[in-house]
Amino acid sequence: MFQDRYSLAFKLYPYERSADQDADSPVRHPVVVMGGGPIGVAMALDLGLQGIPVVVLDDHEGIGMGSRAICFAKRSMEIAGRYGCGEPMLDKGVVWNLGKVFHKEGKVFEFNLLPEEGHKYPAFINLQQPYFEKFLVDRVREAQAAGAPIELRGKNRVDSVTEFDDYVELQITTPDGEYKLQADWLIGADGASSPLRGMLGLDFEGRVFEDSFLIADIKMTADFPTERWFWFEPTHGSGASTLLHKQPDDTWRIDFQIGWDVDRKEEMKEENIRARLDAMLGDVDYEMVWSSIYTFQCKRMDQFRHGRVIFAGDSAHQVSPFGARGANSGMQDVDNLGWKLGMVIRGEAPERLIDTYSEERVYGADENILNSTRATDFITPKSKISHTFRNAVLSLAGEYEFARPLVNSGRLSVPCTYDGLSLNGPDDLTGGPARTRVGSACPDAPLGAGYLLSQLGNGFQILTIDADAPDEITVDGVTAKRLAITASDDATGALTERYLGDAASAVYLIRPDQHVAARWDRFDEQAVQAALQIACGKEVTA
Amino acid sequence: MSSVNTKPNFADPDGFYAKLIEAHDGLSDEESAALNARLILILSNHIGDSDVLNDAMTMARNAGQG
Ligand SMILES: Cc1cc2nc3c(=O)[nH]c(=O)nc-3n(C[C@H](O)[C@H](O)[C@H](O)COP(=O)(O)OP(=O)(O)OC[C@H]3O[C@@H](n4cnc5c(N)ncnc54)[C@H](O)[C@@H]3O)c2cc1C
Repeated sequence: MFQDRYSLAFKLYPYERSADQDADSPVRHPVVVMGGGPIGVAMALDLGLQGIPVVVLDDHEGIGMGSRAICFAKRSMEIAGRYGCGEPMLDKGVVWNLGKVFHKEGKVFEFNLLPEEGHKYPAFINLQQPYFEKFLVDRVREAQAAGAPIELRGKNRVDSVTEFDDYVELQITTPDGEYKLQADWLIGADGASSPLRGMLGLDFEGRVFEDSFLIADIKMTADFPTERWFWFEPTHGSGASTLLHKQPDDTWRIDFQIGWDVDRKEEMKEENIRARLDAMLGDVDYEMVWSSIYTFQCKRMDQFRHGRVIFAGDSAHQVSPFGARGANSGMQDVDNLGWKLGMVIRGEAPERLIDTYSEERVYGADENILNSTRATDFITPKSKISHTFRNAVLSLAGEYEFARPLVNSGRLSVPCTYDGLSLNGPDDLTGGPARTRVGSACPDAPLGAGYLLSQLGNGFQILTIDADAPDEITVDGVTAKRLAITASDDATGALTERYLGDAASAVYLIRPDQHVAARWDRFDEQAVQAALQIACGKEVTA
Repeated sequence: MSSVNTKPNFADPDGFYAKLIEAHDGLSDEESAALNARLILILSNHIGDSDVLNDAMTMARNAGQG
């Protein structure tokens, strides 16, 4: 009846019988999350920290073995930082800046990411996905101890759902048998093959790429540098392309592109994996930690909200791993949905606000799919001429700098800017920097002894730079608090460069997810009130 | 929006053409295709302007269909 589909790296939420299983009629919860992967657990944290009761149901008792994601981007750490678990990730993760690109037998060029100064978190870290998930669960435990109404229920498998106008009923199987639950809102965070999507008969459209990749995580104490190496068409015969990346615990990720028509069983034999590794690494000792073969697709649902069911993470969209946009974009889903659902549940905003989650994150998914598809087409050219151009780029890139930006082995995941979408207010800051235009995620900057972003978020905020404004404003029950800074707080000049540009003063209205809702050169009460209503999905009454 | 210059712009058209053919001397079809690809990349970067480049691609594609 209960069969594990994968083995566990960390058993963190063993099955426990819940009182709900003994209730005479199905117990109703405000929010149920289906799936306890990184996205489901982050979702529970966001809501639970707002004081909204949330139950997570997962069909396993912890975190799956094997590191799928290894690159976590700055924005994901900033979001985790807002939930109070960014620092352990940063402490454990590996930071790298140097990358090398090889073609056939030779090195083409190397690059230094030259990270921009003045951010709490680096552009990204390498960290095994099970650690990322564990830090989220650890934070859930801490939050629970402080009273956050979060429940993680292991070995609770959702088998079917029935939709009603304003709730959903779930049929759940546990080791003790079946029970039912009701949820005002059901969040589907049940992964790329989402059983929930299937139960509701929903679409998942896109492109399947005809290639397979063999991943091997190996432990090596040899003195290998902390760099990212990408080989196009390596002559050592390990695959059609190969990627080498450092992870914590002396562990290395190696990705071999091995073609479409492969005998998986044969390829997964240790001696065959070792043959590829030896061809690439030469004479070094290593221990195999984990390996797997994956194929991928770039797909998304048409809409991420269907009545009282909302999809987030891989269940809503799937991308190729190049560019590390899977878990990273899922974290942005959570960041986007958390405050909106919170406001709707508290009655502070109309249900329409949830539709803007779909609007904004579909937009984000399209950007991620576009980027990861382009990288995939560069790495695995789909036609003869595409292959000719790809190799032309590589043959020029060594000698000529101009060709290097064309080399695409995955573009770093950055948060998307919600340009022109419906929650945006006016962008009335003449001379203001493009990177902080309306719709963008606020970039971090040093502030006093700390950083700007740790002082933003969770609620609406009015950021004033050398501008007057009241300490807070309230429009139909929603308050935006002021954070006042002056250019003299800006020892490094980063705030001025990122938020003022050529303007002498600025007023930003910032959403709970740290995206810019509107900006002006000075405070105008009516304008700020109207923008606050727009950002909450309301009609403007002021 | 800038567009492709479709007026004659070569000082020495015959000389240019001869050089272009010469550049492929002794190359296999595959090597020639690779050379063309490199040439297009070098020139495209030199032009830079995406309006001009898009225009040129459209012109080249349409002319080929006539
Ligand atoms: C090889 C590889 C490399 C990758 N590298 C990166 C990277 O570097 N960076 C990055 O950001 N992303 C990367 N990704 C993507 C990343 O792993 C996923 O985006 C991420 O795991 C998605 O999280 P999720 O919570 O949406 O889904 P999942 O992690 O799939 O979690 C879904 C959960 O739902 C549970 N579940 C399923 N069905 C039921 C049910 N009926 N009832 C209850 N529970 C259920 C599952 O057991 C699971 O725990 C990579 C993926 C692969 C395959």
